[in-house]
Amino acid sequence: MHEFLAQLANGVELGAIYALIALGYTLVYGILELINFAHGDVYTFGSFVALGILVGLRAAGALHGAGLILGIAAALIAAILASALLNAGIERLAYRRLRKAPRLAPLITAIGVSFMLENLIELWQGSAPVPFPNVIPNPQLQIGALEVGVQQIVVVALAIVTMIALHFFVQRSKLGKAMRAVAQDRDAASLVGINVDRTIAMTFLIAGALAGVAGFVGGVSFGSAWFLNGFGAGLRAFTAAVLGGIGNIAGAMLGGFLIGMLESFSTWLIGGQWSNVAVFSVLILVLVFRPSGLLGETLPEKV
Amino acid sequence: MIYTYALVAIAACVAIERFHNRRAKTAIVLLLAAFLAIAPRFYGNDAVFSVLADAAVYVMLALGLNIVVGFAGLLDLGYAAFFAIGAYTYGMLASPQFGLHLPFWVLLFLAAALAALFGALLGAPTLRLHGDYLAIVTLGFGEIVPQIFQNLTKYTGGPNGIAALDVPTFFGHSFGASVMPYYYIALVGIAAALWISRNLRESRLGRAWMAIREDELAARHAGIDVLRSKLAAFAIGASFSGIGGVLFAAKLALVSPDLFGFQVSVLIVSMLVLGGMGNIVGVVVGSLLLTIVNSALLPQINSLVDATFHTTIDLSNLHFLIYGAILVGIMLFRPEGLLPNRERRAELHHAGEAAGDA
Repeated sequence: MHEFLAQLANGVELGAIYALIALGYTLVYGILELINFAHGDVYTFGSFVALGILVGLRAAGALHGAGLILGIAAALIAAILASALLNAGIERLAYRRLRKAPRLAPLITAIGVSFMLENLIELWQGSAPVPFPNVIPNPQLQIGALEVGVQQIVVVALAIVTMIALHFFVQRSKLGKAMRAVAQDRDAASLVGINVDRTIAMTFLIAGALAGVAGFVGGVSFGSAWFLNGFGAGLRAFTAAVLGGIGNIAGAMLGGFLIGMLESFSTWLIGGQWSNVAVFSVLILVLVFRPSGLLGETLPEKV
Repeated sequence: MIYTYALVAIAACVAIERFHNRRAKTAIVLLLAAFLAIAPRFYGNDAVFSVLADAAVYVMLALGLNIVVGFAGLLDLGYAAFFAIGAYTYGMLASPQFGLHLPFWVLLFLAAALAALFGALLGAPTLRLHGDYLAIVTLGFGEIVPQIFQNLTKYTGGPNGIAALDVPTFFGHSFGASVMPYYYIALVGIAAALWISRNLRESRLGRAWMAIREDELAARHAGIDVLRSKLAAFAIGASFSGIGGVLFAAKLALVSPDLFGFQVSVLIVSMLVLGGMGNIVGVVVGSLLLTIVNSALLPQINSLVDATFHTTIDLSNLHFLIYGAILVGIMLFRPEGLLPNRERRAELHHAGEAAGDA
């Protein structure tokens, strides 16, 4: 029971990170029908930016008392901005020209961008994992039979706040409505006066910002950043988005938590070396038997 | 030296692409074959032919993937899995691992059959999926297969893989330490792969693939058995990779799970994209170019830079950047590849109104 609860908490923490990344896949897929393969590397980039800021501030001796809170905020905001700009830049330079190209062209381009980013991050930060500064104090709290770290609570809380903010943004704001309109029918949206290019660019900006939040909490949670982190995390998050129903925001959150649980429990029960097999088997099974995912709708084939 | 061979081969490919006279093409093919077969007696050394033999294995893989991606239009991002299956077939059945020492020549065909079988097994449930979903499923498969080989330590040697694989023999003559037999076998393999590719392309099945690639719905309504045609593409493409895997494992005398990761699948996709998906000659050029850059040009630039500036930079770190830049650059600026196939080119340049569908 004790171990079960610990794994549950672990799964929720992992799931929160995957859900944040999955949202980026789902937003972009919803609007462009593109698997933004480079999204995982945008997450890695955010992680390293946060890491860089924290290491710099720690070296300057600024991470004490109120400075700690400010430092954490600065690292988070820097990660958000950096990832958002990177993602929007990728869209502008690599994907925009390919809007009218055959379907596989943007996907192949996205894989190319991903490889380039991975290599550039490796050249920048080396090929070994870099320890992430341990800035959030992590005393263990006992809640009934459940033992959780403060860090876990912060990670999950930050992720949930971000997701709630995203939900209201997409449902209520003018830009959110424009995003949904473009996702539904790009031509019709442009006819009613929505600037499609700008809306798509904003979608990438927001997806990147979410990856930045994920990069920060991922760094805190895993305690390190690595140039290839984004590949595995990105694939898991993509699996989560598909599991929940790609294009569906609530689905991405649900899928994220489910994949987090799956990873946590498969590591516990059958060993960590099988967790990839478990996650990708789920991906294949979902795509084969319910390609629209848990919360997605079945769409008729377009002619 | 290696550049001489590569340039001759590439020049011949370009010439074949440019000439429209059938007889001229045949003459060039025969001349090239004669050159590649005879020249090694006078010119070159083991290091050169080792690289060329590897290049030849990659050409085979690229030709196999070309059937799946280029002909049938199914983006397979887990193609290295079949390469792994071929290599492990040799690794497990011709090594001290189980004390089995099946002959190399038998295993070539067995591996082709096994890879084709797994291609069909993966394809049967997944080929209903469209475009990028299929790509992701194959990617997942490509991640699972090496992981399984890594985890089943009892049978596969785990992360260390299997070493000391048998040295193949030919009518009782051991290949020994020479790389030449692999070079010649790979040449014959390429010749066979080219012949099969060309005949398939012109066959009923090949036309069906192209119809599916252009418009699946229309193809289905024209009476093509879409699922069966796709399955055939998957199985045939995988079988090329299985043979490549055996050659690769036998030459290296080693298999280990980290040799067959996602980057290998992407490398082969890059070869196709660079040369021109769907165009047999283009694919050969693309894979030759990339292998030469990887295993000859980069190391040479590397040592030149180090010697000039007294540094110890490792340019082999740049592989991912190069593959990535090729994928992005070609897709943005010349989506039909360096040596495009005519129909494909037309398709890519008049695809405007079809965007977003499929």
